[in-house]
Amino acid sequence: MIEVKGLVKNFGAKRAVDNISFSVRRGDILGFLGPNGAGKSTTMKMITGFITPTDGTAIVDGHDVRRDPVAVKRVIGYLPESAPAYGEMTVGEFLGFIAGVRGFRDAEARAEKVERAIRLTHLESVRHQTIETLSKGYRQRVGFAQALLHDPPALILDEPTDGLDPNQKNEVRALIKSMASEKAVILSTHILEEVEAICTRIIIVSQGKIVVDETPAEFRARQPGARLDEIFRSLTVGDMA
Amino acid sequence: MICTIFKREFLGYFRTPVAYVFLIVFLTASVGLAFFLGNFFKNNAATLESYFLFLPWLFLFFAPAAGMRLWAEEKRSGSIELLFTLPVTTTQAVLGKYLAAWAFLALAVVLSFPMALTVGYLGDPDWGGVLTGYVGAIFMAGAYLGICSLTSALTRNQVISFVISFVVCLVFVFLGWSVFNGALGAVLPVGAVDFVANCGFIPHFDPFMKGIIDPRDVIYFLSVAGITLFINVVVLER
Ligand SMILES: Nc1ncnc2c1ncn2[C@@H]1O[C@H](COP(=O)(O)OP(=O)(O)O)[C@@H](O)[C@H]1O
Ligand SMILES: [Mg+2]
Repeated sequence: MIEVKGLVKNFGAKRAVDNISFSVRRGDILGFLGPNGAGKSTTMKMITGFITPTDGTAIVDGHDVRRDPVAVKRVIGYLPESAPAYGEMTVGEFLGFIAGVRGFRDAEARAEKVERAIRLTHLESVRHQTIETLSKGYRQRVGFAQALLHDPPALILDEPTDGLDPNQKNEVRALIKSMASEKAVILSTHILEEVEAICTRIIIVSQGKIVVDETPAEFRARQPGARLDEIFRSLTVGDMA
Repeated sequence: MICTIFKREFLGYFRTPVAYVFLIVFLTASVGLAFFLGNFFKNNAATLESYFLFLPWLFLFFAPAAGMRLWAEEKRSGSIELLFTLPVTTTQAVLGKYLAAWAFLALAVVLSFPMALTVGYLGDPDWGGVLTGYVGAIFMAGAYLGICSLTSALTRNQVISFVISFVVCLVFVFLGWSVFNGALGAVLPVGAVDFVANCGFIPHFDPFMKGIIDPRDVIYFLSVAGITLFINVVVLER
């Protein structure tokens, strides 16, 4: 479903992403881990067509993001880091706008998509509130609703639980898990327990390179008895310097 | 797509009181200048020329005010990442937003129409001239907003966006301003001065005020908008 081939991104002299390749099938939840600044967001921005790779490409549902970015954007649901939205719109207006841009022309189809997204993310109580007046947790849910609205086969979530309280984190994880069976999901995080809880696969990046690509069980078996974050630390020491 | 983006952006002006303040200040300023500086009544001629006369100067403030948020705000808030991961092309997004700002400024201009009715009531105006004046003002607004949309894409700060727009528009106004051209005439040959004046806004707006729609003037304003919007797309895709 999502095939990433040799992605590279340079910012000036700095190489933020260095030859990253992997693929994600439907039903997979890929945990994309790494310390801050490892290149997770940059990789996701390239897959979703927001920034152009220096080299390499990503193929999503058969569409090459460099040749046909709009086709890729059609099949991806993307939650950017910190869930940006148009703060002066109400939740309902905002989701209606997303549905319109996503090509749901007729008012009935649009309303139905908006209702479904609101129901899935439990936004009923704030639908008439402007987004800028919402708490962080609700704003994150609006970002989710926006990403899920068109029921995309590929979901890309950049730190979806960042800044949420433990209850909200669990809720978001449950939501991701419930949708994952028929979707290809990539979620980035720097929280290891999160990966343990829901991911079917782990990729750890450090300084723009993949250092680990395996199942959570394999990862745990690396140092039996050690805490996950100890293994993590030993693998990403380069970033601490 | 363009339609959905247009609608969001246009209605967006009215989500805050800023739009109403904008419209009221614009109407007060434009009509006020026409009455007090333009000798609206003393002219004895029932035309709106004294209203249109000040528009190129008023647009210097109001076009940047209407256009400054178009891209700067998207960049500041980060929503640009949302917009450009939705299935729209950069060109569609640029056009949708630009047309919304244009429609908003055109609305401000058209709202002065009661003044045209006053003129009609007091005298016997040349309605043809009133109409072409409005058409010209709207085309001219399109050129101003092309510039403002472009400069707004260069920064994430609305104030900086306003200032750059103002300066660039000011250059276009000065190029065609008779006083400036008169000064230029002292140092440059007539042909060169004509050429410079032709690049400015005012000489292309003048005929509209006098009731003439010259296709060359229409093409001029549309080209300024077209070229700036093209660069706007390039800047965003960079
Ligand atoms: N627009 C940019 N310009 C310059 N450097 C950038 C830009 N975006 C990210 N970087 C750099 O690229 C590296 C990777 O960043 P990012 O992908 O955001 O990391 P992560 O999401 O893993 O925390 C960081 O060192 C960051 O400073
Ligand atoms: Mg990040």
